[in-house]
Amino acid sequence: MFLDFFLKLKDSKIPVSLKEFLTFLQALEFNFVQFDVNKFYYLARASLVKDEKLIDKFDIIFGEYFNSIERIDIDDVIKFLNIPQDWLKKLSSKNFSNEEIEKIKSLGSFEKLIETLKKRLSEQKKRHQGGNKWIGTSGTSPFGAYGYNPEGVRIGQHESRYRKAIKVWDKRIFKDFDETNELDNRGFQVALKRLRTWARTGIEDELDIESTIRETAKNGYLDIKTRKERENSIKILLFLDVGGSMDDYIELTERLFSAAQNVFKNLKYFYFHNCLYEGVWKNNKRRWEERFLTSDIFRTFGKEYKCIFVGDAQMSPYEIISPGGGNEHFNDEPGSVWLERAVEQWPSNLWINPTPKNEWGFSHSTSLIKEIFMNRMVPLTIQGIEEGTKILSKK
Amino acid sequence: MEFSGTKEYISTSDLTVAVNASIALEKPLLVKGEPGTGKTELAKQIANSLDLEIIEWSIKSTTKAQQGLYEYDAVSRLRDSQLGNTVKKVEKYIKKGKLWISFETKNKSVLLIDEIDKADIEFPNDLLQELDKMEFHVYETGQLVKAKNRPIVIITSNNEKELPEAFLRRCFFHYIQFPELETLKKIVKVHFPEIKKSLLNSALQTFFEIRETPGLKKKPSTSEALDWIKLLLIEDLDPSDLKSNNRDLLPKLHGALIKNEQDIQLFEQLAFMSRNAR
Repeated sequence: MFLDFFLKLKDSKIPVSLKEFLTFLQALEFNFVQFDVNKFYYLARASLVKDEKLIDKFDIIFGEYFNSIERIDIDDVIKFLNIPQDWLKKLSSKNFSNEEIEKIKSLGSFEKLIETLKKRLSEQKKRHQGGNKWIGTSGTSPFGAYGYNPEGVRIGQHESRYRKAIKVWDKRIFKDFDETNELDNRGFQVALKRLRTWARTGIEDELDIESTIRETAKNGYLDIKTRKERENSIKILLFLDVGGSMDDYIELTERLFSAAQNVFKNLKYFYFHNCLYEGVWKNNKRRWEERFLTSDIFRTFGKEYKCIFVGDAQMSPYEIISPGGGNEHFNDEPGSVWLERAVEQWPSNLWINPTPKNEWGFSHSTSLIKEIFMNRMVPLTIQGIEEGTKILSKK
Repeated sequence: MEFSGTKEYISTSDLTVAVNASIALEKPLLVKGEPGTGKTELAKQIANSLDLEIIEWSIKSTTKAQQGLYEYDAVSRLRDSQLGNTVKKVEKYIKKGKLWISFETKNKSVLLIDEIDKADIEFPNDLLQELDKMEFHVYETGQLVKAKNRPIVIITSNNEKELPEAFLRRCFFHYIQFPELETLKKIVKVHFPEIKKSLLNSALQTFFEIRETPGLKKKPSTSEALDWIKLLLIEDLDPSDLKSNNRDLLPKLHGALIKNEQDIQLFEQLAFMSRNAR
């Protein structure tokens, strides 16, 4: 029963085990889910997905699978407006020829476009008698046709006008939780917590029962032993890029920063602009008056610190490779020298880049920095941070 | 034994299905959601509607899994032996934990493990077998403790830590969404049946407007909405009092809704901007 569905979930990397699937089938026996497709969906969700970030993926697959069984009305498809861009891109070319695209463009208005699409879709319905899946990468999907949007009209804007009752899983209310989205700082905290290492430090104020018993037995009188409390002993040194192109990422960086402050007691941070040079600062308002020499920082913070740079790494390559290239002051030594020193000083290091990973290839300076950091560059997403903690945990 | 919400608690149909599945199959139900959406309340209401005893185990960052089973008081046994008392009876020094207590109730009980994510990362793993088989061994006495009636286990999490896969596999899962306007209306009516329709509508409209303001550090949720409306009723305010004027974007008694200084500043700035725009 529903074995295909199970395999489909597996294929899409939703971590569902056989045990959970059997539980689901077992639960189907009870009458509180029978004869109601919504309840059936809720039960499947409660028993098979254990993470709200995956519910959206689950909804898509659920829709895909069960609609290939229960065919969906073509009108519903028209009303259903909220579909990922890349499917549309893939599909639009299959459903329209170039002349048609030109023709639609010439029609002008959104309403006309919809009309054309509707006509188009009903034709298609006749031709493919019920065999058309309505989501996914199959070439006959009517969604593809709907996806072409020549006038740059945002489909979603007309939502209220065309909306009709749609199925629960089609609403995709959990879309915001999808893991690839940049999340709030709780997500960062969870990711950063992996870096914690425990050690006993400080004063001895915790009762150590085991050695108390051992010593008491040995000595013949009650001999209380205490020990130090367990604490997170990791030390983090954070360098944050501010100003210029980083302005777009202020909020994201702020979240990372406050998450890091929550997780690590022993966190030191400094600011820099674009690239690391001979001075850094702690207070952005007084950045010229209160400067710290980078060489002092090298001396102050030893190898036990884990060093994290946060910056978009987008600048003119001269700011990295040549003396005097810095865009705010004249630097005697090129930025690359300073960065290399940092990498050498703190062997456990990482560069976190808030720009999307697929844009890194287009910027020369990004590849330069990535090279200096020996490829230890991760994007500022939950997944990126998780990857980063793995890099930093390696001894 | 079936749960379907109570007079004081509106249960959406997806939540109802999840609860009933976990009751029927005797597996724990893990509930996540924004703070203040009624996660803890759920367990109490299940106990209430099914007329069962509730046993609450609130987890702190220092809680150990063992404490839920039992605690062996080695120190007082040691002390007693120093004083020359007989200490042969180990049972005397074993204190039952919440899990044990819930195993021994006469009828079925509801066990609430509240905020499981507060504890150490390994905590859920240490409870796997105990929750799965509903039995455990007492090491000191060799006794096997087995549940007479398997309790209904409700576990809540605020998502501060990720829970281990092996643990998740044994649970049903439900994420409590922030209620939509219609559901929230129902919830408010359950708590304040006498509320006037006009006040309810305008209060909730204002509430959703505040909630949707971009950049809020802490969005007000269901429990804040209820507190606020309670205050409105006590003060006996008119719906027209709630209409935010240009001078002040925040409604009256907003202290119940917004509890963060930065958020209040945000609204002051917005108000300032809208004044200047005129």
